Amino acid sequence: MRKFVLALALIAAPVMAQRPPAALAYTQLPDPAQEAEARALMATLRCLVCQGQSIADSDADMAGDMRALVRQRIAGGERPDEVRQWLIARYGDYVTFDPPVGGTTWPLWVAPIVLLGLGMLVARASFRRR
Amino acid sequence: MTAEFGLAALWFAATLAVLQIALSGLALRRGRDDVAAAMRPVAIVQGALVALAMAALIACFLASDMSVALVAANSHSAKPWLYKFAGAWGNHEGSMLLWVTILGLAGAAVAQFERRLPERTLIATLGAQAAIALGFYAFLLFASNPFARADPAPADGAGLNPLLQDPGLAFHPPTLYAGYVGLSVAFSFAVGALLTRDVGPVFARAMRPWVLGAWVFLTLGITAGSYWAYYELGWGGWWFWDPTENASLMPWLAATALLHSVSVLATRDGLRAWTIMLAVVAFSMSMIGTFLVRSGILTSVHAFAVDPTRGSFILALLVIYIGGALALFGARVGTVRQGNLFDPLSREGALVVNNLLLSVILGVVLIGTFYPIVAGAMGVQLSVGAPFFDKTVGPLALLLVAVMAAGPLMRWRRDEVGAVIERLQWPIAAALFASVGVFVLGGWIGVLPTAGIGLAAGLAVASVAPLAKRNLRRAPLTLWGMVVAHLGVAVSLAGMAASSAFTTERLAAVYVGDPVRVAGFTVTLDGVRPVIGDNWTALEARLSVREGEDAPFVLRPQVRYFTTPVTTTNESAIATLAGGQLYTVLGALGDDGRWQLRLWWKPFVTLIWLGGAMIAAGGALSIVGHQRRGWMKRRRRAEMEWYA
Repeated sequence: MRKFVLALALIAAPVMAQRPPAALAYTQLPDPAQEAEARALMATLRCLVCQGQSIADSDADMAGDMRALVRQRIAGGERPDEVRQWLIARYGDYVTFDPPVGGTTWPLWVAPIVLLGLGMLVARASFRRR
Repeated sequence: MTAEFGLAALWFAATLAVLQIALSGLALRRGRDDVAAAMRPVAIVQGALVALAMAALIACFLASDMSVALVAANSHSAKPWLYKFAGAWGNHEGSMLLWVTILGLAGAAVAQFERRLPERTLIATLGAQAAIALGFYAFLLFASNPFARADPAPADGAGLNPLLQDPGLAFHPPTLYAGYVGLSVAFSFAVGALLTRDVGPVFARAMRPWVLGAWVFLTLGITAGSYWAYYELGWGGWWFWDPTENASLMPWLAATALLHSVSVLATRDGLRAWTIMLAVVAFSMSMIGTFLVRSGILTSVHAFAVDPTRGSFILALLVIYIGGALALFGARVGTVRQGNLFDPLSREGALVVNNLLLSVILGVVLIGTFYPIVAGAMGVQLSVGAPFFDKTVGPLALLLVAVMAAGPLMRWRRDEVGAVIERLQWPIAAALFASVGVFVLGGWIGVLPTAGIGLAAGLAVASVAPLAKRNLRRAPLTLWGMVVAHLGVAVSLAGMAASSAFTTERLAAVYVGDPVRVAGFTVTLDGVRPVIGDNWTALEARLSVREGEDAPFVLRPQVRYFTTPVTTTNESAIATLAGGQLYTVLGALGDDGRWQLRLWWKPFVTLIWLGGAMIAAGGALSIVGHQRRGWMKRRRRAEMEWYA
């Protein structure tokens, strides 16, 4: 019995301390197509206070708020890309795991093609001409 | 006393590493046989000493000796036994000690067991291994002493990060490190062979079991880590393209390329310089990964302490070892003959393409991982994550799978286009059938998942094809190894594609007694009660799950509250069923008295880790097969000598 009371006391504290999560942070949109869009977008957005997690898989309050925001905007008829642009305008490129092609990111996107080309040149050296 | 004993053992091990380097130099330069004879024992004792130091640290943790600063900062007397034990490496200093322990033991294992390598190359190899160890001993002794005392000793410790308080902590780091650091042997072999200019099939056959062994452990470690993250983080993700995950993937990619190129060197005496290069790159990736995780430039559950001096220390070690090995490579590569050239359409040709694709994937992961760090240092904040890697690595990996299906069905030396296509007709048919079947049954799920399922089916058929029309009992174990490993890739790929395409998610807020539907299941919250563990309290939900008319079963997800340190963790409850896993998480209690539930039905998700285990098992079979073949050959030779 004492154990039980102790447990209750310990449990009560963190539960009381939690602030209620925003609506839509842990609730899906009624329209499955919209929810799928929101879900795909959330997986590519960074939780700004976490350790490299996306907002789609974080328990942080801020991730919850951002999920709610994404769902609201998608439900309001915005395209996922518009929501992303809006978030980038607000938080910078840091917020998206899908870096937009631009002045600072083009080397990143070109790298795979360059590597493939270089690799093919190197591989060719080990082949005999037919 | 135990702590001082451990520190002394570490100092002695470092001293023996110095001796080992000196002996190696003497033996190679002066050709002194007496010195050479001492190499093996010194390496073995060095390994034993560092293992003793690790044992001493574990003893300190088990005894909850709070006068040891590391124990006080990372342990607590009320922790369960297992987490005191495994908690020894759940922190920066302890995990680095585990790292050098495995390095020392790997060197000792080479000294004890390696009999095929020419004597001079072996001496150079052990010298190189000691040189790597010395740098990391210095790092421990001067920048990360695990045995430092705390004065005055605190009454109790600060506890271990509750996310790490899981049986996974006992298994994942040691296996991952055995692979990660085991690759040091390949690196030292390469350096040794460059020093003695002795690169050829004999060298490759000697190196192969060490590469395979490290690769098996690395595969197991990554698979275990993936499953741990999957059930512990409470959102059902199994790979996040997190920099720390990439740090383990990069050595794995290099090692995978290496074990294929080493086969080409062993059987066809080709790809000499390339194999040496890969051996250097593989362990370099392990060291770069260590730098990434241990330097404090990342914040993650793996990076325990942020201390810039440590970062610069590891960076200096990286520059010395990688730079040194590459310089040696550059100086000696001219003396390594290129080896045989190949016909593009041949088994060797396919293996070259395999190496090309693995290297390109490795390069993309490396650039993608470091790009945000470098950009951040230049003042540009950006993130590179899953979408980038899916778009770049995804297609390359699928291409690799296609090559992987075709390669083993090609002949060595030279093959004909028509013959190859004929041998591939069943795999191609299976791939088309599976892709179309998925589209018909499941609708359009996107290019990568559809192609993934098709290629998985094609690869599955192609990988067992080499066994067709063979007497299965007489097929060599090495062939079985390849078949099982390649089939494992097909199984894993099918799991990845199917679970990513067909997962059903249900987030709900429910009153006790309310049923929720997810996929074909009805989940009812029967109640929530408090439970108490060794060092935590929790709220535990009782969920009864009913599928159709079957008898219901019960799942009990928890939210755990830890006090040292204060943390909340989700303990998901997962039911593994024939078709996949039902994943349940308990969330918070709302103001209106409703509980948050997160439910997922993840079809075929278990295949991901089953495939990983098969890949590792294939590697293990291959090691046994190669060792047995060598043993039989030696026995036959001994018999012939006896008759003669």
